Amino acid sequence: MVSLDRLDKIAHKARESQRACDHSVNVCTAAACQSAQSQPVLNALKQELKNAGLESRCAVRSVGCMGPCAQGPCISVEPQGALYGKVRPEDAAEVVASLSTTPVERLAINTSTPFFQRQTKIVLANSGRIDPEKIEDYVAANGYRALLTALTERTPAEVIQEVVKSGLRGRGGAGYPTGLKWNTVAKAAGSQKYVICNADEGDPGAFMDRAVLESDPHRVLEGMTLAAYAVGATRGYIYVRAEYPLAIERLRAALRQAARQGLLGQRIGDTEFNFDIELRLGGGAFVCGEETALIASIEGRRGLPRPRPPFPANYGLFGCPTLINNVETFANIAPIVDQGGDWFASRGTEKSKGTKVFALAGQIVNGGLIEVPMGITLREIVFDMGGGLPTGKKFKAVQTGGPSGGCIPEAHLDLPVDYESLRAVGSIMGSGGMIVIDDGQNMVDVARYFMDFCMCESCGKCVPCRVGTAMMQDLLNRFCGRQATSRDLATLRHLCEVVREASLCGLGQSAPNPVLSTLQYFEQEYLDAILGKGRSNGHASP
Amino acid sequence: MPPTIPTPHSFTLTIDGQDVTATVGQSILQVANEHHVEIPTLCYLDGLSVWGGCRLCMVQIVGQARLVAACATAATEDMQVVTQSPQLHDYRQTILQMLFAERNHICSICVANGHCELQSWGQKLGVDHIDLPYRYPDLDVDSSHPRFRLDHNRCILCTRCVRVCDEIEGAHTLDVMGRGIQNMIIHDLNEPWGDSTTCTSCGKCVHVCPTGALSEKGTSVAEMVKRRQFLPYLTVMREAK
Ligand SMILES: Cc1cc2nc3c(=O)[nH]c(=O)nc-3n(C[C@H](O)[C@H](O)[C@H](O)COP(=O)(O)O)c2cc1C
Ligand code: SF4
Repeated sequence: MVSLDRLDKIAHKARESQRACDHSVNVCTAAACQSAQSQPVLNALKQELKNAGLESRCAVRSVGCMGPCAQGPCISVEPQGALYGKVRPEDAAEVVASLSTTPVERLAINTSTPFFQRQTKIVLANSGRIDPEKIEDYVAANGYRALLTALTERTPAEVIQEVVKSGLRGRGGAGYPTGLKWNTVAKAAGSQKYVICNADEGDPGAFMDRAVLESDPHRVLEGMTLAAYAVGATRGYIYVRAEYPLAIERLRAALRQAARQGLLGQRIGDTEFNFDIELRLGGGAFVCGEETALIASIEGRRGLPRPRPPFPANYGLFGCPTLINNVETFANIAPIVDQGGDWFASRGTEKSKGTKVFALAGQIVNGGLIEVPMGITLREIVFDMGGGLPTGKKFKAVQTGGPSGGCIPEAHLDLPVDYESLRAVGSIMGSGGMIVIDDGQNMVDVARYFMDFCMCESCGKCVPCRVGTAMMQDLLNRFCGRQATSRDLATLRHLCEVVREASLCGLGQSAPNPVLSTLQYFEQEYLDAILGKGRSNGHASP
Repeated sequence: MPPTIPTPHSFTLTIDGQDVTATVGQSILQVANEHHVEIPTLCYLDGLSVWGGCRLCMVQIVGQARLVAACATAATEDMQVVTQSPQLHDYRQTILQMLFAERNHICSICVANGHCELQSWGQKLGVDHIDLPYRYPDLDVDSSHPRFRLDHNRCILCTRCVRVCDEIEGAHTLDVMGRGIQNMIIHDLNEPWGDSTTCTSCGKCVHVCPTGALSEKGTSVAEMVKRRQFLPYLTVMREAK
């Protein structure tokens, strides 16, 4: 039976074997680096070590995401502390030769820059440091300790209390207080309850959840198991996007390992607590990430949202009380339970606690994955951490929140990143996509891109979203083709209002946001596109 | 001891300022209907499950930021419901306009002219022209069934036919295919209606259809009168059993 003692033994063994080597080369094998051919790099490193006779003195490990995804494949060398980017198999010999000397300058990524220094890692603490396919590595990084301690020493109510104290809010987009949700499910009447992890990550350009699942899957399992204990659930589901084959593979392996160690299944930690987790592959639609549609999809029906209330907390999967949280939300749980809600709440702003992972993309020098404390300003993220725009490009706006979000102009860049501030300027925190737009981009085009996405992803159940998004798309096409009239602008505004107010689910309710925010800050570009006026590309006249 | 039958718990709320009583479990729409407050609906049909898709029955609840669908929201004690306001009227008109412009609704040549719920709500709510961009899609008419016809040009995707076929007839011949604006009512796995091996030709779908999308063959303009008396009868009889 698994116990804290046993965890200690596993951790000890893992650390021993790590210590047996003088060096360790960590190769990122998460999706971004893998697609940049990190596997051949890993193989080449192994071969070079063999050639040099250093096999037993230097370990080559496959790890998860290190952050600077645009510079992949990334590898890190310990204890030397070097981080290398754009490594090719041909570079392996040089890396091996430099193990005991100084890092290879040509490949080194400078980690003293704000991109690395301004990060605060909770969710990604293990990411890029442990082998995601080895439970021993996770345990050696203090994994599953929070779970076993909670099971034996704390009541479910105490666990919930810790989460309430932490001030954690849902990272899936809406920012609903997690502790409050857990309390509702815990109090809901019913002998059968479920916990669901929403890993359907569908926002274009977002890959935060994928990175967590590929880099540290056990952290999510531990968070879910703690949640199940807290709310009284015995079964869990992970609804994972089918287009994430590597995440699925690593989750499967993690589930197997956890079950083998007695960390899932019957009588976990020799207590009365039972919990099993099943993997479900997503239906391939953005709307399946909406909680009621997701539940319908798990039940084997078409993934269509239904009106709420009743909320899943009271009436969820198979009609039972169900807790549904996002991957990143669950990834925060073990540290909160382990180190206390107060520790977590000491980071961030008054109403938004902890950190948030963002996927930085678009016209930016340092693209990739970052985890920052809430309350950091957009300017710090874009210009300090992101290094600003590539030479010759000028900043125009930053888009947050994906198709449900909005474009934030220069004037609001000093805004602290938290749920309320972003909402106040017409965008949302969303799940963490952040796209930097330069002044060569036409904002009507940007709005049309997101509207096209919403139109194609609308499930069609309700009239305002089904017909409204298609009509807004028709109108935006007229603007992009400079065939619009001023009446079209009025119609567009009116449609935005009706679709936002009358749609059934969050997809329709937020679909107008990209249009509304570009209308708010870049109205001139719409006016310029009205038949016979101005230029269409938003440039000032030369 | 005979089992005690719980008396339905009743409570009061207000609809448009008028005090009304309701029983636990009733939706706002049901309470309003009982008290002769008319709220426009299209996808809702007494006797079928609630869909909540047409959004015509949106009402305002004092103290709540978001509008709610009256068909899908339970009435609760002391709730203050507002069913008429300039804003609601505008949204309802716009939704009706969206439906008129989504496909090809030409009342003057429609078998259901004069017996169409979309048309009559348009008249009642004063929709006398369309401000929105017409879409004019190119859609089929399925006349492969010996007795019935499905004209996609007149379909508003309320899914009443899908629900009656599944919930009342038990055949589940009909369903919806595609996403968003591509939604289409299909028979079986998107086969011609006439080839369906599951359709019992009961005709229930035709009679619950609010428009001329589903009709009996042999009807001409304005001749397709829908008969729905069977639905309350069937549901009441099943419940009574
Ligand atoms: C159209 C739509 C898509 C969504 N997609 C996701 C998603 O991919 N991942 C996710 O975690 N939440 C998604 N959500 C939010 C979920 O409905 C739900 O609020 C969330 O999973 C709750 O978890 P949290 O409280 O931890 O954020 C989506 C919502 C909508 C309306
Ligand atoms: S808002 Fe859009 S996605 Fe949501 S139920 Fe309505 S049609 Fe479907």
